[in-house]
Amino acid sequence: MESFETFRAPALPFAGINVDTDQILPARFLSKPRSGGFGQYLFHDLRFDETGAERSGFVLNQPAFRNTRILVGEENFACGSSRENAVWAIADYGYRVVVASSFGDIFFSNSLKNGLLPVVLPAEATTALIAALSREPGATIEVDLEAQRLTGPDGVTHSFDIDPFSKHCLLKGIDELDYTLSQMDKVDEFERRRAESEG
Amino acid sequence: MIPAPRPAAMTMLDKIWAQHSILERADGQTLLYVDTHLIHDGYAPAFEFLQARQLRPRSPKQTFGTPDHYVPTDGRIVERIASAERRDMVQSLVENSNDYGITLFELADRRQGIVHVIGPEQGISQPGMTIVCADSHTSTHGALGALAFGVGMTQATQVLATQTLWQRKPKSMRIFVEGELGFGVTAKDVILAIIRKIGPAGAVGHVIEYAGSAIRSLSMEGRLTVCNMSIEAGARAGMIAPDETTFAYVRGRNYAPPEGDAWDRAVERWSKIASDADAVFDREVTLDAGDIAPMVTWGTSLEDVAPIDGHVPDPDGAATAERREGMSKALAYMGLSPGTALSEIRVDRVFIGSCTNGRIEDLRSAAAVVKGRSVHPGVEAWVVPGSGLVKEQAESEGLDLIFRQAGFQWRDAGCSLCLGTNGETVAAGERCASTSNRNFVGRQGRGARTHLMSPSMAAAAAVTGRLADVRQLQLGE
Repeated sequence: MESFETFRAPALPFAGINVDTDQILPARFLSKPRSGGFGQYLFHDLRFDETGAERSGFVLNQPAFRNTRILVGEENFACGSSRENAVWAIADYGYRVVVASSFGDIFFSNSLKNGLLPVVLPAEATTALIAALSREPGATIEVDLEAQRLTGPDGVTHSFDIDPFSKHCLLKGIDELDYTLSQMDKVDEFERRRAESEG
Repeated sequence: MIPAPRPAAMTMLDKIWAQHSILERADGQTLLYVDTHLIHDGYAPAFEFLQARQLRPRSPKQTFGTPDHYVPTDGRIVERIASAERRDMVQSLVENSNDYGITLFELADRRQGIVHVIGPEQGISQPGMTIVCADSHTSTHGALGALAFGVGMTQATQVLATQTLWQRKPKSMRIFVEGELGFGVTAKDVILAIIRKIGPAGAVGHVIEYAGSAIRSLSMEGRLTVCNMSIEAGARAGMIAPDETTFAYVRGRNYAPPEGDAWDRAVERWSKIASDADAVFDREVTLDAGDIAPMVTWGTSLEDVAPIDGHVPDPDGAATAERREGMSKALAYMGLSPGTALSEIRVDRVFIGSCTNGRIEDLRSAAAVVKGRSVHPGVEAWVVPGSGLVKEQAESEGLDLIFRQAGFQWRDAGCSLCLGTNGETVAAGERCASTSNRNFVGRQGRGARTHLMSPSMAAAAAVTGRLADVRQLQLGE
């Protein structure tokens, strides 16, 4: 996993509440191999019409937003299915940060495990960011993970929470499984104790 | 005299959490022991991760698999799955389960079915357990008094490798449904009414405990339906305290504790995990069961739901500009105009099945409405039982005949038209009355229009050719 440092990039305003993972990655692509990359399927049915042609009205198809690397959504972003492929689609397309006022629970934890930083800001902040990014396509946002601070195109800063362990993993680009494997003696002990008490 | 300190009152979530905590990190995350890991045919990436790390499943005996997402519902032979990609998904599950000694209810096995139907059916899901699966509807198993939740593939890989998961303890929320459900009102209507009240993000960060007299009086099938859709309210999980209904359901099932001492001890243990009477929840919500009518969704989010005797709402009446825009988009996708009576909306397809409503009681309630009637001309109606055993049971009761004679297709078990990953989909522009759990854009197929409802309501839609108030059909009986 790539380590996460201070990151500044053009951002995508993605208005709308309850954007579900079926929109982010339609179910019919779930059986595609991971190796092919899921970025090509990101928002597939919103991006492309039935003939496969781009829908010009869709925000990601607008030239100023094609190379955005931070996505700003609204309430309950990525609700619905637990499909981690939705995170892979966003990450594979090139996003490193997703901002919203709340997230689908499983999507939130899936993001952290794939080097994609989910940032929760108050609804007023995401609304203001979306408005600013829409007014000024291509404008950038800066995210300083170490300082837990996000700076919008207007220079307004917002602090955000992240649990220290996920922060550590993201900053170092390390993965939780290694750490868990180092704790397996405690799992053995737990199983032993429980077998005795239920014996 | 100083009174002896009394242990703090605990919720069911507190108790199960404490019983499964292995260690806590300084940042408050807990390493939680997983009793049961349910796996399905979407697990190919998890096994690939595992193999790339040169790891093996730690506890294959605590892992149970069945193919459901990618299987056809008109055949039981893996080799005949036409799409190579889907066939590979199913074969990956078969091969990995065989290699690692994981119990698998494979496609040809009569016990195969939707993972959230067969867990309870086989007695694998039990009170007090922690149960996970890489599927958001794992919350279903909470109906038995378990802590059950969906995870992503990376987390599923960790569970395979370590039988544990890092979790931050969720907040607790209790939803009381008090009183008696009205005529024709079912568990599905209860959960849709709950989501209507609290919203699709109403329980984000929480585990919901459902309580109250109306919940207590639900059958286990009904409770499974309610807990199944907890995730649609944004919850991490849903649960219901185990009681006599639970014990009677679990008793005698394949993987349940055997009769005698083992069973008695299990029931004694299970009886203690209900929330203490004075336990404090982070949030509480109450609904009056008598206020709940048969419900249908009209839009593309779970908040777009209304009683069947209502009308398609007008976006101009929305409370916020965002909601107005959301409603307008939903109505455009659904091809509906504000003010239309919901009972005037014609349907093209009917789907009775899914992990929400693919159980025997669901099929019985639909069959009761269908009996002596015919599927409306121009409607294609399917029944997809939740498992092979549900199918057998229904056939032994003659339900298949009722459905078939009315013009329904009677199919084999699988997820099928709930999300169409097996290739069975609703065509663009077609309108489907569905007993599944999501009405999202494109969920049942690109351009497909989904209306969620209970099995008896879906049956009413099949025979009338439109969204219909099942109570009017039931009254005529």
